[in-house]
Amino acid sequence: MISPEEIKETLSKAIPVTVVETQDLTGGGDHWQLIIVSPAFEGKALIEQHRLVNEALKEPLGDQRIHALSLKTFSPAQWDKIGS
Amino acid sequence: MAEDVKSRIDEKVKNNKIMVYMKGTPDFPQCGFSAHTVEILKSYGFPFASEDVLADPAVREGIKRYSNWPTIPQVYIDGKFVGGCDIVHELHERGDLEPMLKSAFGK
Repeated sequence: MISPEEIKETLSKAIPVTVVETQDLTGGGDHWQLIIVSPAFEGKALIEQHRLVNEALKEPLGDQRIHALSLKTFSPAQWDKIGS
Repeated sequence: MAEDVKSRIDEKVKNNKIMVYMKGTPDFPQCGFSAHTVEILKSYGFPFASEDVLADPAVREGIKRYSNWPTIPQVYIDGKFVGGCDIVHELHERGDLEPMLKSAFGK
């Protein structure tokens, strides 16, 4: 189990983030959907964006505080395009 | 990873414009994520090749090492690892998948 604040803090230590929206999918605090916007994603394929996030959250993923993660990642340009 | 497994994977990834490593087959997927992934790919009508990792434990482990990605299914387009179910779904939703497929087939 992990809190949205911990997720945001852990992420922002690893990569610059402009938007982090967290959704607890089951109410149990360990299945999360995250919407993340970061300039670090610019020019990167989705798989590389997801790799960056998985790497940033390696510890809570490794010790099972996060059991399942569903990611929606955007560069600032991609985020603007969908009109947030 | 054993060299022969790696070269077998490498050959399939390079010789097929779209290669899918999945659980089950496109007509009889054995997992919801594999099913959803092939359903999306089928909707574009381009031919794709697949391999059932459940039929070969060496490939099931090998493919994860090959891409350094922990889950199956795995989709490769034009020799490059694109992602699994989530990413294929997301690319499809964003309208980014079609241009990738078309460009793989030189269209």
